[in-house]
Formats: sequence, structure tokens, C-alpha cells
Amino acid sequence: MTEPLGLTPSQTAGPYLSIGLLRDLVPAALLDPADPRTIRIRGRLLDGAGDGVGDGLVEIWQADEAGRYGTEAFPGFGRSGTEDGGRFEFASLRPGRVAWPAGGLQAPHVAVGILARGLLKRVVTRLYFPDEVSANAADPVLAALSPSQRETLVAVAEDGGLRFDIRLQGPAQTTFFAV
Amino acid sequence: MRPAERGFAGVDDATRKGVDPPNDYPDYVGTRLRAPKQPLVIIPATETELTGPAYGESAIEPNDADLTRQHDGEPLGQRIVVEGRVLGSDGRPLRGQLVEIWQANAAGRYRHAVDTHDAPLDPSFSGAGRCLTDDGGRYRFVTVKPGIYPWGNHPNAWRPAHIHFSLFGRAFTERLVTQMYFPDDPLFPFDPIFNAVRDEAARSRLVSAFDIELTEPDWALGFRWDIVLGGREATPLEEPHDD
Repeated sequence: MTEPLGLTPSQTAGPYLSIGLLRDLVPAALLDPADPRTIRIRGRLLDGAGDGVGDGLVEIWQADEAGRYGTEAFPGFGRSGTEDGGRFEFASLRPGRVAWPAGGLQAPHVAVGILARGLLKRVVTRLYFPDEVSANAADPVLAALSPSQRETLVAVAEDGGLRFDIRLQGPAQTTFFAV
Repeated sequence: MRPAERGFAGVDDATRKGVDPPNDYPDYVGTRLRAPKQPLVIIPATETELTGPAYGESAIEPNDADLTRQHDGEPLGQRIVVEGRVLGSDGRPLRGQLVEIWQANAAGRYRHAVDTHDAPLDPSFSGAGRCLTDDGGRYRFVTVKPGIYPWGNHPNAWRPAHIHFSLFGRAFTERLVTQMYFPDDPLFPFDPIFNAVRDEAARSRLVSAFDIELTEPDWALGFRWDIVLGGREATPLEEPHDD
């Protein structure tokens, strides 16, 4: 086959995505919350008026502690709804560093995808860890951003876990990526 | 290298250009407070983006793919078979792919607390299904044709009949959530979600085809819909400049 097939376009997940996507298959806890390695990631999905998006879905994808993706012990993918005023919550662990294509390592990060009514396609961002100061300073993705863009991607230490609010619009809009 | 040479910052949304709708599409009112307004930042595909979750070994029950057999009684409505293949853009079938669907019942009502449309719920229909693609990349669902329902986007707004589909692909970049439509729906010209896909050829790829071969005599109408997955083609950083 010479000519590539045309891709299927995206459409919004709409307001009823929980029927199909928030079932038993994909957990919000990527490991046993009683596991001592557990890091709780909490946040709110916010619209341009600063209101919580109550009908969205947040998905995360990350490596294990050694920087490996998709292992049997740690599949690394999770979903959380946002029904409670836009609040989402995951239990996960701190991922190891993974390679940068041009050489070197990236800072530990979690890939984040957001689906909701009003989003015609998934939007994608990354969560970085606030205590990884030197790794973050050397991270090629963070280095390519302005300080204010960078700030939207670094979670905040709070209540023994992390807070990561996602702002879809506004002056403090979260930086979203084309991947 | 400076960021500009990496093709990083300030580049407009080039992902799947000409295929996906834009984020910012005010005719669909829901986008107005939710669509990001700042340009997407292009990053190269690293291992994070080139890997993705695999659900090929998931415990899926046979009734998960037959939405007409999830309750004691049969749902009301036109029974249909929806079948197709999940393919890469090179035409290769993607096997072991988790396909998740959800839809309204035949009266156009979702089993969801937020749906207050004045149409009956069907006690025999939940509207959620899932299956894994076989070695030929094939999925198959049995369900009822979803009803058309009104929504508040604009005066006299009605959604064309559709089924929501969710797919993972082979990488984080290939994740796709979309909607499958039915042929010749009279509401196509009026629907801002469908028309947010600006390219007519791309839009047509959202519409299933009636298939007499898939239609089961005395039992169910058949609709065929193939899904083609792929992320962004070029990653600027992987081709460094000479300077």
C-alpha cells in the first residue's frame, strides 16, 4: 500500500463519557494506595470562568520507578472522572527518568490527557514533580517553555501529596502539547 | 540548540492537521469556556508518547459486546450490528485493541443523571459496550440504533444519531475518542460537532456504511465502520538542523 489511509477524526467525548469510560477496567489507583511508595495526585479541572468541569475525564500515563513503560507489575495508565466539581484524584508513584531522543534524560513526568464536553479532541499536558529541582532545570521540554508556561506543569506539594490543577483557558492556562 | 530551532514553542496546532477539528470552534457552544486558546506547544515524540497502555489481555465478557443482552429483557429499538476494523494508517490491522463504546437508547436518552431529555429510559438498555479486536483488527458490537436527541447548543438543535467510540492505538499519541454516525442523517448540515471537522473527506470518515452482507436476515441491520489510528507524522526535533 503506497497511499496512507486517511485518519479517523476526533469528536468530543460529550457529557456522558462516564457511561463508557468510567467502568471497572481502568483504575484511578495505579498501585495499591496502601503501598508506601504511593503518591496521591489531586487536582481540579477548571474552565475559562474558573469553574470546575464536572463532566470530564483525566487520564494519566507514566513509567515505573525505573523509567520503564507498561510493565506487568506497573501498567502505568489510570483514569479519574471529575464529577465532584472538577476534582480528580490518582494514586501513583514517582516515575523514573526516561530518555530524551537527542540524548540524555528527561525529568520525571506523568503524561496527562483530558477529555470532556466542549473539547473536540483530547488535550494533553505533562505533570512534573516540584522537588525534582535539578532534573526539572535540565529537562528539554521545560527548558523550551517560558517561566509562566513552565509553572503550569509543576505540581504543588500539598497535604503529603501533590496538587495539579488543570486550567483549560485564561491567563494561567495550563500548557498543552501537540504530541 | 535554541528552542526556536527545535520547532517547540509558538507553533500552531499541527497535530493530525486537516483531520481533527480545531479546539476553538465557537459554533459548538461548549468549546467557548473550555477550548484552550493558547497555541499548543509541539514536543518531539519521546518514549512517553511512543508507548501506551495495552488492554489486549483484559477479561472482557461476551455480553460486553452485545448491548442487547446485558439485561433480562431485550431493549426496544432497531437491532443493529456494528462491525469494522481498527487499522494503522499503513493499513495494517491492530489486534488486541480495546474498543469502548457508549450511546443513547433508541428513544435518544442516555442512562446518565445529567441527561434530562424528556424521553423514556429503557430498563433493558445500559448503552455501554466494549470488546477487543481480533487478529484481523476486527471489532463487532450488537446494539440498537441510538435515537436522535435535542441539545441546548442553539435553538432547535438535535444531534445526529451517533455512537461514541474510544480507542488506544499503539502509543499515547494514537489515543482517539470519536463518534460514529449513520449514513444519510438529515441532521448532518446542522450539527456543529460533526461540522467542526472542516475537511469534507475527513468528515465522511466518521460515517458508517449500511452493509447488506453484514445485515442478518430477519434479525439485525448491519453497519460497517473502519477506524484508522495514527499520531503526528513528523517530529521536528528528530531531524536536527545543520547549524
